[in-house]
Amino acid sequence: MAGRGRGRGRGQMTFNLEDLGIGRGDSLPPTTFKPSPLFPPMPVQPVPLQTGEEVEYMLALKQELRAANKTLPFYIRRAAPKRDVDRYSDKYQSGDPKDSAIEWSPGHPPQVKQPKKPLVGKEEILTKLETLEKNEEAVNSEEEEDGEKKKTNEEEEQPEEEDYEEDFEEDTDYIMSYFDNGEEFGGDSDDNMDEATY
Amino acid sequence: MTAQEVRLCGLLLQEHFGEVVERIGTHLLRGGAQNLRTIANETNTPLDLVKKSLCVLVQHGACEFGSGRRGPGSPVEYRANCERVLRVLRYPRYIYTAKTLYGDTGELIVEEVLQRGHMTMSNTVKTVADRLTHNMEEGRSMEYSEVVSAFSKLVETHFLQRCPPVAEMGTAASSTTPATPSTPAAPASTAPPTAESNPDCYKLPHVTLIGRGKRRRSSDDSEEQRGGKKAKMEVESCGDEGIYWQVNFERFHQHFRDQAVISAVASKLDQTSSEIVRTMLRMSEVTTTQTAAYTQPLSANEIFRSLPPNYSISRPILDQYLSLLVDDPMEFVGKSGDSGGGMYVVNLQRALANLARATLESVVQERFGSRSARIFRLLLRKRHLEQKQVEDFAMIPAKEAKDMLYTLLSENLVQLQEIPKTPDHAPSRTFYLYTVNQLPTARLLLQHCYKTVANLIERRLFETKENKRLLEKSQRIEAILASLQASGAEPEQLTEVEEMITAPERQQLEALRHHINKLDSTENQVDETVFLLESYIFSTKTK
Repeated sequence: MAGRGRGRGRGQMTFNLEDLGIGRGDSLPPTTFKPSPLFPPMPVQPVPLQTGEEVEYMLALKQELRAANKTLPFYIRRAAPKRDVDRYSDKYQSGDPKDSAIEWSPGHPPQVKQPKKPLVGKEEILTKLETLEKNEEAVNSEEEEDGEKKKTNEEEEQPEEEDYEEDFEEDTDYIMSYFDNGEEFGGDSDDNMDEATY
Repeated sequence: MTAQEVRLCGLLLQEHFGEVVERIGTHLLRGGAQNLRTIANETNTPLDLVKKSLCVLVQHGACEFGSGRRGPGSPVEYRANCERVLRVLRYPRYIYTAKTLYGDTGELIVEEVLQRGHMTMSNTVKTVADRLTHNMEEGRSMEYSEVVSAFSKLVETHFLQRCPPVAEMGTAASSTTPATPSTPAAPASTAPPTAESNPDCYKLPHVTLIGRGKRRRSSDDSEEQRGGKKAKMEVESCGDEGIYWQVNFERFHQHFRDQAVISAVASKLDQTSSEIVRTMLRMSEVTTTQTAAYTQPLSANEIFRSLPPNYSISRPILDQYLSLLVDDPMEFVGKSGDSGGGMYVVNLQRALANLARATLESVVQERFGSRSARIFRLLLRKRHLEQKQVEDFAMIPAKEAKDMLYTLLSENLVQLQEIPKTPDHAPSRTFYLYTVNQLPTARLLLQHCYKTVANLIERRLFETKENKRLLEKSQRIEAILASLQASGAEPEQLTEVEEMITAPERQQLEALRHHINKLDSTENQVDETVFLLESYIFSTKTK
């Protein structure tokens, strides 16, 4: 007996649907089964962009600033990853930074010893920056040492391999250059058929 | 720091300072104050890269350091400043404003200081003079004194300010810095000193810079190097070491706000009223603080005397204009007294609120149509309305009004307020009222704007990446063309090189440039809306 006589075709709710504005006989909008699309179709086109001298000047400024940022010392790039073998063209291509060192002094000359000035606060930031720079240099020298060590390791490996190959060839007790096994004799005559052999 | 803000900050940092700084910056923004070791460990970046990124961020004012939370013995903690990073979006607008106010010299000064973060005056003057000389014709060069005069004008009008001295950390004994708190024993108890707290903030250093700009020639490189070394030695002997200058963003924002108010008056009323308001704002530039709700009262006599000479209106006409401005529903100007022919103030806070309201209304109008905008304006004016009342007041048929209201509700631009009639909150006996709250809606739109700009930047990066090969090829060909022209080649060779780019590729390049220009200028325009909404929200905070 509960719910008899109320709006058939719709569920019973605890509040009056009239208040929300859904009168009798109105159909509800269809239920949705999936999330709304990522790029829904726009019912209205947006207003076109402003144009004018001011706008174009600011556009040019923006693009110039973007390009100039890449050349400033504030743009930090990671060190290019070391490839497995040093290649010949590395000498001629120095596009990527070899290590992550950047040669900048953030706005103050590094070598000048300042006389005692009343602006004590600045010295704090300067000493801090100087210590950071010294750390940079220490890291740089460490990295250079590491680089050198790696290079010396590679050089040592190569002579070792060559030694290994020589050892492998000298399996016999005889010196290879003394024994002429006649292979070269045949090879020469194949190349020069025109000349008579004397 | 909302998610959208952090995403936008990350993209801006990546564009301007590279990926390493972006990683460190977003980590700091998300995580709050952290010390060096934590940052290095959590971002898996080597320590020297972290140090360099932090240096770059501190140099540009995006990061502050202070003693740790556990007292003076704990390691230094770094805090990133989200707002400062978002300012990067507005750099072109600052530079353009400097150009309109102080010419090319002022423009270049502001550009240099913005790009470098903190600069000494002597450095700035020399760099700007060199750049101006480079653009001038042969044989002429720029005097340092002209650049110095432009610089001092910028400082006098507070567009440039000294960087705040660094807070004392630990046991530094001498306390001649005026900004730090008096007792060195108090660790980070107060906020880091702002630039304004330094009384020398706008004082020019006593430095005499005499010289002319140097023109960079590519032919005599070796001489330039030697000359450059000598110039470097001279730089070090200038008298203003340690006095760094930065751009005063608040002053620029004040200028933009004044411009917005003046143009609003001009479009609502007429040119003469906007001139009157401009005069009033100009007179109260130095006496108004940043967060004042209204300017100092100005008497009509003073306004009459300070009007620009080419706007000669008679006194009774001025009084009529002023009474018109006061009666206008936008409430830009208010009357605060009757002495001196009438005391008038410019209601800054109310003007900002009205400008923000106009922005919200126009957003609703462009997205949902003018009838939804009518409903929105109605709700803003009448505060709380029932469904039936909305239909009646807006004169829109019930079905459509219901649809529009629900669309606005689903976009969160309109809220439902329940008012129960009975204590048990029975739904059948509750009023449901629709309402619009201006401040939360403004915040919502501001976040939408941040998301929009981030999407624009990402799309631009995507487009650039897609056509990277083509862009590199065109750059190479331009370089070849330039070098050929410099070494004097024949036209046939030039055309041959130019034909290396085929016609469809040229079209593609054109389309790409067009898209990127559009995306860039859209970013600039969205930033104007961002500025309005941010100013409005900021003005309501400091009540």
